[in-house]
Amino acid sequence: MFWKPISLIPPETKIDFFGLRKLTFVVSTLFILASIVTYVVRDLNYGIDFDGGIMIDVVFPEQPDLSVIREQLQSLGLGEIEIQEFGGPENILIKIQRQDGDEKSQMAAIGQVKALLGDNLDYRRTEFVGPKVGGELIEAGITAVLCALIAMLMYIWLRFDGWQFGIGAVIALVHDVTATIGIFAMMQLEFNLSTVAAILTIAGYSINDTVVVYDRIRENLRKFRKMPIGDLLNLSTNQTLSRTAMTSLTTLLALLALFYFGGAVIHDFVFAMMWGVFIGTYSSIFIAAPLLSVFHLRRDGETVPAASETS
Amino acid sequence: MLHFPVWKILAAVTLCVVGLIFALPNFLGKNHAGLLPDWLAEQTVNLGLDLQGGSHLLLEVGLKEVIRERVDGIIDAMRVALRDEKIGYTGLGPKGQKAVVEIRDPAQIAQARAALQEIEQGLELVEQDGVIEIGFSPEALREVKTAAIQQSIEVIRRRIDETGTREPAIQRQGEDRIVVQLPGLRDPERVKSLLGRTAKLTLHFLDDTTPALYEERGKILPPGAMVVPNDDPNNQEEPYYIVRKRVEISGDRLKSAAPTFDQTSGQYVVSFAFDSIGAKKFGKITQDNVGKRLAILLDDAVISAPRILQAILGGNGIITGRFTADEANDLALLLQAGALPAPLTILEERSVGPSLGADSIAAGQIACIIGFILVVIFMAVIYGFFGLLADIALILNLFLILGAMSALQATLTLPGIAGIVLTVGMAVDANVLIFERIREEIRSGRTPINAVESGYKQALKTIIDANVTTLIAAVLLYGFGSGPVKGFAVTLSLGIITSMFTAIMITRMMVVLWLKRARPSAIPI
Repeated sequence: MFWKPISLIPPETKIDFFGLRKLTFVVSTLFILASIVTYVVRDLNYGIDFDGGIMIDVVFPEQPDLSVIREQLQSLGLGEIEIQEFGGPENILIKIQRQDGDEKSQMAAIGQVKALLGDNLDYRRTEFVGPKVGGELIEAGITAVLCALIAMLMYIWLRFDGWQFGIGAVIALVHDVTATIGIFAMMQLEFNLSTVAAILTIAGYSINDTVVVYDRIRENLRKFRKMPIGDLLNLSTNQTLSRTAMTSLTTLLALLALFYFGGAVIHDFVFAMMWGVFIGTYSSIFIAAPLLSVFHLRRDGETVPAASETS
Repeated sequence: MLHFPVWKILAAVTLCVVGLIFALPNFLGKNHAGLLPDWLAEQTVNLGLDLQGGSHLLLEVGLKEVIRERVDGIIDAMRVALRDEKIGYTGLGPKGQKAVVEIRDPAQIAQARAALQEIEQGLELVEQDGVIEIGFSPEALREVKTAAIQQSIEVIRRRIDETGTREPAIQRQGEDRIVVQLPGLRDPERVKSLLGRTAKLTLHFLDDTTPALYEERGKILPPGAMVVPNDDPNNQEEPYYIVRKRVEISGDRLKSAAPTFDQTSGQYVVSFAFDSIGAKKFGKITQDNVGKRLAILLDDAVISAPRILQAILGGNGIITGRFTADEANDLALLLQAGALPAPLTILEERSVGPSLGADSIAAGQIACIIGFILVVIFMAVIYGFFGLLADIALILNLFLILGAMSALQATLTLPGIAGIVLTVGMAVDANVLIFERIREEIRSGRTPINAVESGYKQALKTIIDANVTTLIAAVLLYGFGSGPVKGFAVTLSLGIITSMFTAIMITRMMVVLWLKRARPSAIPI
């Protein structure tokens, strides 16, 4: 009647994810360490949302000479000025560091730049964030991410009645968030308010993926009471593999459309989410699930031996 | 799981139809909205400033200065009260947000307390060893602040209205902030310069002490006088003026102000007229003080200090200052709209030009359509007939998000569009979970009906757990985010809810109806 459905992943795969845990733990630890080191050494490329400053997005009638504009702007004596092409050759993005003094001097700087470049250009975006607001935005961003972590830990703890699930999911989550901040530090992508939004979405996506795998582990724990924990984790991960792949792919498809057609303004935002889908999928299979064995996951009162039975 | 009572089917269908009705106006555009019958909802989704273009300004009201001014007023009143009662005092002055004075004679403390208590309602008086501190009670302080914010909002609204900006949204935020949203604004610099000025107009007499005399006497000010900068482009002989602190008449007595071209001087000037009380006062002042110089202060700087040649009884005057036409125009506008109770500071600006807004909408639509088509094709290829059912649910899902956003009058932003596209990708997740489960059940040898039944049952718990956690993230985003990010949180949350509804109710209903009708021997999944 209809075309024959296809299985993306062959049914009943028997991939030994659990056996790979040592490798993936090492890889993840290295990446997290690299993230932290890069963050400490190079720091993030903060956008004006957090650092304060001015951003002007302007389109010229024809391709402007960036070096000329840079020279002209530098003559205003506004400190560090960053100029880059944005989305097209006629479109440039000017970023000016936070000015000394109060908000009034910042506003004056915007006026100076616009007066210098001329009134008849298409000013697509003018953004200014004062130091006061920047500090508050950082605070709100950190609070939001921390609250999200705690709320998810609580929810999973309650739903799975086992601290191992809660801690495992949150470690995977912290892993994903750190790795995302790390990739932003390594690639020196602009870290701004929408990046925080992307991180929270990634957190949601990652936990969503982890919950699906954990759900199956919980179910199998009841079903196969005698199965060694390694086999049980492998079985559960393999059973949910098809779904994990399908959902990651559909989400990536939608994000790819956004990445290529959504415009320059949300480019980095979409990139962060694509990275998040990748890292979230990886962590639920290779981090969250095998972590449960490390925590000596209990089942119905008895301790499931991780490697050998010791007492 | 497979039993569907009629009322459930009706409820689900009704909900979808309501969603469609609310979504409908968005597809007709503003021009065709009139075609819809009256009983239909006409609201469309609100576009955020990043999509329709416009300016978002976060302003801080200088409440400290308001309070300082009020404390100065209290100090003046204290001076008068103590003098009237013939009480000796020393060290009268401001101290933080309070006024402080020391009474010389301990015997007069009670009398002083009684006299000072009378000054104003809502004051708190603390006395220790003859030192009296007077400040606002917490309630009075709150009232002073609220009044200043309210007045600021009103003046801001009047100033913005004068520029012809349509539908500005002006709201208080927190203790001392005001958010101004100006959709469609093309020249944010002008509005910012208008809001950046307090426009406090006051008239004072010049003190008898000239600047020369003042410097001769070692810069000691006579009591009740103050130094103000000279901002008069027509007269730069004196670097500053010494004027009486006493305000003879102030800008709130103005009835009107207008830019005029003065034929005799060939300059743009601002002519003004006082209201009836102001005109009477102005007439009396000028009548009694012919020959004296009257300083016109704008934002605490002298813009001109003409000598009174004769009584001015009509209540009209002009302000000269070598204005350009635009400057005269703006000054008249500011005087007409009234002075701000305190200076405003712009803490944050986000302005989007109309061309970027339009581009973003277009880009968002294209990305939405392409992402949607990709996912629809992918689902159909992988799951066949069941994939098509999921695709129908996905289309419904989009309509429901749009309908919910129109009904709630939520704001759609560019990240919000990203949220919708992301939801398209994630919305199929619930169906994927169910379909994969059904495949597993079939492989373990169950009959079609049995497999579907158990597939839904097993997957439901996972779907709820997985979506609640994502919803937690979305709600937190809404709570902590601002502007465009909030818009993203809205579409993401709505998307999660509608996708659960469509997967659990709508797709299941279609599957069940098909099972009952076709009674298949094998499931094409």
